[in-house]
Amino acid sequence: MNGSEASVPRSPWLLTYAAAVFAFLYLPIVVLIVYSFNGEGVGGFPPHDLTLGWYRILFGDGAIWESVFNSLEVATAAIVISLAFGVPAALALDRANFPGKALFRRLVLLPLILPGIITGLSLLMLFDLTSLKLSLLTITLGHGTALISVATTEVFAGLQKLDRSQEEASLDLGANYWQTFWRVTVPNLKLPIIGAALLIFTLSMDEIAVSFFLIGRDNTLPLEIWGRLRRGITPEINAISAVIFVFSLIAILFWYRLRTGSEQDLSLSQELVATAVE
Amino acid sequence: MFSRTYRMLVTVPPLAWVAVFLLVPYGLMFCYSFWSVSSLQTIVHSWNLKNYQELLQKPVYWETLLRSMWIAVRVMLFSLFLGYPLAYFLSFHAGKRKDLLYQMVIIPLWVSYLVRAYAWKTILGSDGVLNALLERIHLTHHPVEFLLYSPFAVVLTLTHIYTPFTFLPIYAALEHIPRNLIEASHDLGANSAQTFWKIIFPLSIPGVLAGATFAFVLSLGDFLAPLLLGGPSGIMISNVVVSLFGAAYNWPLGAAIAFCMLLLVVSLLFLSERLEKKWSFS
Amino acid sequence: MTSPTISVPATTESASGSPLLSIRNVAKNFGHNVVLRDISLDIAPGEFLSILGESGSGKTTLLRIIAGFETASSGELWMAGARIDHQPPYRRPVNTVFQNYALFPHLSVEENVGYGLRVARRPAAEIVQRVSEALDKVKMTAHAKKKPSKISGGQQQRVALARALVNRPQLLLLDEPLSALDANLRRQMQLELKSLQREVGIAFVFVTHDQEEAMVMSDRIALLRSGELEQVATPREIYSRPATAYVAQFLGQTNLLKGEVRSGLARCGALSWPVSLRDGPAIFSLRPEHLRLEGAEDLPFAVQIRGRVIHQAFHGPTESIRVQCGDGLVLLMRAPSGHVPNGEVSLEFSPADAIPVRESPERI
Repeated sequence: MNGSEASVPRSPWLLTYAAAVFAFLYLPIVVLIVYSFNGEGVGGFPPHDLTLGWYRILFGDGAIWESVFNSLEVATAAIVISLAFGVPAALALDRANFPGKALFRRLVLLPLILPGIITGLSLLMLFDLTSLKLSLLTITLGHGTALISVATTEVFAGLQKLDRSQEEASLDLGANYWQTFWRVTVPNLKLPIIGAALLIFTLSMDEIAVSFFLIGRDNTLPLEIWGRLRRGITPEINAISAVIFVFSLIAILFWYRLRTGSEQDLSLSQELVATAVE
Repeated sequence: MFSRTYRMLVTVPPLAWVAVFLLVPYGLMFCYSFWSVSSLQTIVHSWNLKNYQELLQKPVYWETLLRSMWIAVRVMLFSLFLGYPLAYFLSFHAGKRKDLLYQMVIIPLWVSYLVRAYAWKTILGSDGVLNALLERIHLTHHPVEFLLYSPFAVVLTLTHIYTPFTFLPIYAALEHIPRNLIEASHDLGANSAQTFWKIIFPLSIPGVLAGATFAFVLSLGDFLAPLLLGGPSGIMISNVVVSLFGAAYNWPLGAAIAFCMLLLVVSLLFLSERLEKKWSFS
Repeated sequence: MTSPTISVPATTESASGSPLLSIRNVAKNFGHNVVLRDISLDIAPGEFLSILGESGSGKTTLLRIIAGFETASSGELWMAGARIDHQPPYRRPVNTVFQNYALFPHLSVEENVGYGLRVARRPAAEIVQRVSEALDKVKMTAHAKKKPSKISGGQQQRVALARALVNRPQLLLLDEPLSALDANLRRQMQLELKSLQREVGIAFVFVTHDQEEAMVMSDRIALLRSGELEQVATPREIYSRPATAYVAQFLGQTNLLKGEVRSGLARCGALSWPVSLRDGPAIFSLRPEHLRLEGAEDLPFAVQIRGRVIHQAFHGPTESIRVQCGDGLVLLMRAPSGHVPNGEVSLEFSPADAIPVRESPERI
C-alpha cells in the first residue's frame, strides 16, 4: 500500500542489515561456484588457474552418473507414490469425515517437520522386521511415504480454493463421480499437482537423512556425494554442486513460469511451511 | 454431495498406506525401545525398561542431548535474528522489489542441503577460503583451526540452512497484517517504534513461533552437519543414535533415544501450535 | 446564481470566523494517474462536512491526505495557523475512523480505545477514566473486555468511534464508516453519529458515496467528481440549486432539459418559458416532484406539456411516472401515490423550478 510507505520512513540500518543477511545466504553458494573453476582445487585465496578440469573429471566419473540415474529412478517413483496416495488423502481431508481424521492429518504431515532420522530409522525397523532387503526400493518407499505430505498439502490448498459448485454443476449435468473427478476436479487441480510433483522431485533428488538408513548396494546422488565428502574434500564435488545448483535454478524458474498467470500469489514453499506448522 | 463409495475410495487407500508406513514404524520404534540385545548380537523380544534406565543413568546421553538442544537453541535464535529483520524489511520497506527479493530468499532453500554444508566446509577449513584470505591480508600467519570441526561450524551451517525456513512463516505473518492497522496506530499518535512493538510484533508472533519451531526441531535432529563439520565436540544426539544403529549395534537403545526425540519434537509441535492459536486473531 | 456560468461557491462562505482546517490547492497524482486536482476547501470548527463522490472520485485519497497517510503532490494543509502537511500522521491533531474499523485484533475493546492515550503516555488513572467515559458514550461498556472479533459489526463501529474520540481530536475523519452495515442499522447509526457529533462538538469530515446519507447528516456537502470539487454547499442548497448537470443527477433524480436561451426566452423542444439569462445554449434541471398534473394545483405562469404515460412505479408514499412527451422527450414525475393517471396526461411546471445548470464535461 502506498500509505504505509508514506508513513513508515526508510531506515538505512535496516537496509544494511538486510543486505548483510543476503550476503550471508549467498556467500557459500558463490564460493562453491567460483571454486568449481579453481585450478588448485579447494581452498586458497584468491582462486587462480581457472579451469574446466573438475567438470571434465565429473563427466567422466561413472559412479556419479550411476548414482544420478538411481536418484532419477527413485524420484520418479516417489512422485507416483506420493501423488497416488497424497491426492486422495487431500480429497479425504477436504470432503470426508471419518474417525481419527485429525490424527490422520497430523500423521500425514509429520514427516515434513520431523527430523529425517526418526522417519528413516522407524522404516528401517519395519523393513528389517519384514525382511525386506535394503535397496533402491526401500529408499523409494521411504521417499514416497515422507513426501505424501507435500502432495497432500499442495492439493488440499488447491481444493480450498476450488469452487465446489463446479463439481455440483457437473453432477447436475449428468456426469457421474468418476467423470466429474477426471473432467472437473483434476483439471482444476492441475497447478497444485504439477507443483507438488516438481517439489517432490526436487526434495527426493536432495533427500539424504531418510535414505541414509535405507540404503542398499546402490547409491543415490546425495549418498554418493556424502561418501566422497566423508573421504575428505574432493574438488569435483564443487563441480557437481554447481551443476545441481543450476538445475535447481532451472526447476525454480520453470515453477515460477508455471505460476505466473495463475492468481495464486503464495509461493509453493511458503504454503508448505504454513501448512506444515498449522 | 459426495457418495459413500467416493468417500471410501479417497479415504481407505491413503489411510492404509499411512498406517503401514508411518503408524506401524513409529509403533515399532516404541516396541524396540523396550527390547534388548543378547550377547550373540540378536534382538531379544522381552519387555523391560533397561534402555530407559540406561539413558537416565549414563550422563553421556544427557550431556549430548543438552548439547544438541543448546546448539539447536542457538541456531533458532540466530535464524530469528537474521530472518525477522529480513522479513520485516521485505514486507514493509522493499517496495516494488519485494517479489524479487522474496524469490532471492527462497532460492538458497532449493539448493541441496549437502552442497550448502559442504560449501561451509570449504570456507572454514584450515586450508579453506577464509584462512587463505586471512593469511593473504596478513591478519593471521597460521591457519585458524577452531573454525572447522567445532560446534561453531555446526551452528553457523545450520543457521545458514534454516534462516530461510524461519524467514518464511514470519514473512507470511507480516504480510497478513492489514496495513490499515498500522495506519490506525499512526493515526492514534504512535510513532514507528511504538507501532512496531505494540502492533506489528504481537501480530507476527504466530510466524515467529512457527519459524522458531522449524529451526529448533530440524537442527535438533540433524546428524549430517555434525558429522561433516562438527568434530568430536560437535557431536549431537542423532549421531549417538546413528552409531547405536550402526557400529555399536544396539538398536533397542537407539530406538529408545529416537523415541524420546520423537516425543520431545511432537510435544514441542503441540506446544507451538497451542501458542500460535493463542496469538492468532482472525 | 441564475447565470449558467456560475462558479463553484467560494470555499469560505459558510465558515464563520477562521477555519479549523484549510485545504489549499491540493493535488495528487500516482504516476501519470491524476487523482485530485487543485482542491481548496475550508472546514469550520464543529462542522459536519461530507465529502461525497462515486468510487474513484478521489474522496478517500483526500481524506488520507488530511490524515497524513498520503502526501499531496502539491498544495498545503493548514490547521489552527500551522502548516501540517509535512507532519507524520501521529503528530496531527486529527483522528480517523477507518472504513473497516481497523481495530487491533490482539487488543480488547478497552485496550483499543486506550491505545492513543497509552502511546501518548497519559497517567494510568486518566486513561481508565477517559476510556470508560468514551465506552459509555458509545454504549459499549458491557463489552470492554472482549476482543474485536467477538463483537458485531455495529459494535465494532462504535468502538472505532470511541477509539478516535477518546483522544479529543480537533477534527475527526470518517472513511465510509457505515458502508459495512446493513440498511436498518445504517440508518440508526446515521442518527446516532449525527447526535454524537453535536454532543462532542468536534468537526467531522465524513466520506461517503451515498447521497442520501450525506444529505441526512451533513451541515455541508462537498461533491467530488473525477478529482475535482463540483460544488460545496448545504444539503438544501446543493439539492435545490445544483451548480452542474452532474450534481443535479447525482443528488436525487432529475429531468435535464437541454436547449438554448434567446432574448429572454428558454427553449427546449416544444417548451419555452421566460428567463433572465444571457443568450446561448443552456441546460435546466427540473426535479420530478416539481412536475404536476395539470389543474392539481394553481400554478401561475405554468409551462404546460402533453404526453402519454409509459411507465409507473410505486414507492410507497409517492409514485414515479414516466411520460413520453414527443420529440424523444421523456419526463419523470413524482406524485403522491393513490392518484394514478393513465393514457394521455397534461403536465405543468413553474419556470422558477427549472434550474439552470452548467454542463458537466467528460473528464479523464
